[in-house]
Amino acid sequence: MFRFACCALLMALPLLAWPEAPVRVAVAANFAGPMRQLVADYQSRHNGAEVAVSVGSTGKLYAQIRQGAPLDLFLAADEARPRQLEQQQRIVAGSRRTYALGVLALWSREPGLALGAALLNGGELTPLALANARTAPYGAAAEAVLATLALPESVTLVRGENVGQTFQFIQSGAARAGFVALSQVREAGGSLWLPPAESYPPIRQQAVLLDDRPAARAFYDFLFSDAARQRIEAAGYRLETP
Amino acid sequence: MLAAGDTLALWVSVKLALITTVILLLLCTPLAWWLARRVRPGQALLEALLALPLVLPPTVLGFYLLLFLGPDGPGGWLGSLLERPGLAFSFAGLVIGSVVYSLPFVLQPLKNAFAAIDKDVLDMAAAAGAGPLDRFFSVVLPLARPGYLSAAVLGFAHTLGEFGVVLMIGGSIAGETRVASVALYEHVEAGDYASAQRLALVLVVLSLVLLWAVFRWQKKARGPL
Repeated sequence: MFRFACCALLMALPLLAWPEAPVRVAVAANFAGPMRQLVADYQSRHNGAEVAVSVGSTGKLYAQIRQGAPLDLFLAADEARPRQLEQQQRIVAGSRRTYALGVLALWSREPGLALGAALLNGGELTPLALANARTAPYGAAAEAVLATLALPESVTLVRGENVGQTFQFIQSGAARAGFVALSQVREAGGSLWLPPAESYPPIRQQAVLLDDRPAARAFYDFLFSDAARQRIEAAGYRLETP
Repeated sequence: MLAAGDTLALWVSVKLALITTVILLLLCTPLAWWLARRVRPGQALLEALLALPLVLPPTVLGFYLLLFLGPDGPGGWLGSLLERPGLAFSFAGLVIGSVVYSLPFVLQPLKNAFAAIDKDVLDMAAAAGAGPLDRFFSVVLPLARPGYLSAAVLGFAHTLGEFGVVLMIGGSIAGETRVASVALYEHVEAGDYASAQRLALVLVVLSLVLLWAVFRWQKKARGPL
């Protein structure tokens, strides 16, 4: 009897400690920084509502969601994986929406470089880092930009598995320059060039709601509020005109 | 059967593992001997340092190797000898990284094997007129053979399965730094699970056959006790 009482008490414990389970959000690595700010904004408005954020690559998070990871919201770095989840009917119907448009940036930690097509075609920027196009949407965008140029053979292309790793290649000085997300390097110093938006397919970063509980829905709605959209724009993304 | 480029990636992996193992056996033989035969001042600290690759997460180790091999580190100087900016993103860089990463796996078995050799045996060989080199090749090497085998197998297998370090310093260049484990990871990340599974199967079978062959040979060579 005593044992039974203990068990019952233990099982009831979570109910006491957490009146509502925290909103569990999985976010693509490139959006981790803005996400922290958004969560802070949200908490200040909602009395410290709990939001648990896990950061990972879109591919890994997608695999985890397919295997039933307990998540309420998924902010991907692309639209392909959210679309696949929609087709598999793993999301709340109609919840797939673009929360940010990624902006591609060519970045070098050396200040005063006139980064651009001329320097790239001249073959000076080597090793040149970009994310892997197969696994990262910013990589696919970078390949599209490179396709419009005439990069000489002498340039060594090195590929990070995502923009986070690509950034490390450049920041460590191991790569001379590289294509990353503007949101990563907005305040990083060095030299920066933004390829024209027409030169690469739009990087639509989409969010999907995985569990339609009120707390999750509230955070999802907040993500598309004016206040949140201002934050996102200030972080180095563009917004889709609604 | 394999996706395009995967055969090449497998070859890079095997080549990397072979070269790394040979270098480590050569490097660790004197080092293990020096550490095994008597206790020296500062030895514990040195051994702790050499065991660090076991403890550090591979991506952390990889990040510091990236700084080390880049143009601002010693790798920049080494690279200038080969007329390239740093050793990151090169096969040579991967070899250096793998040597660091797999070192404890080769050093430990060798050290244990050397420590187990009876000092009297060596003294007798010396009394019989064998010089240091002769003693090493005709006494130490045969006695330490199981240790060498373990060291080689562990070093090879560990390098074959290496992932985090290569990911950080490789840059996924086909035929040079894209090893099988990285190619496999890229398939998974891209959601191409079919290609991933085929490559994983080849890796698993390859490793299993190799380990099985070595352990079988070891049993036979030792004979019934």
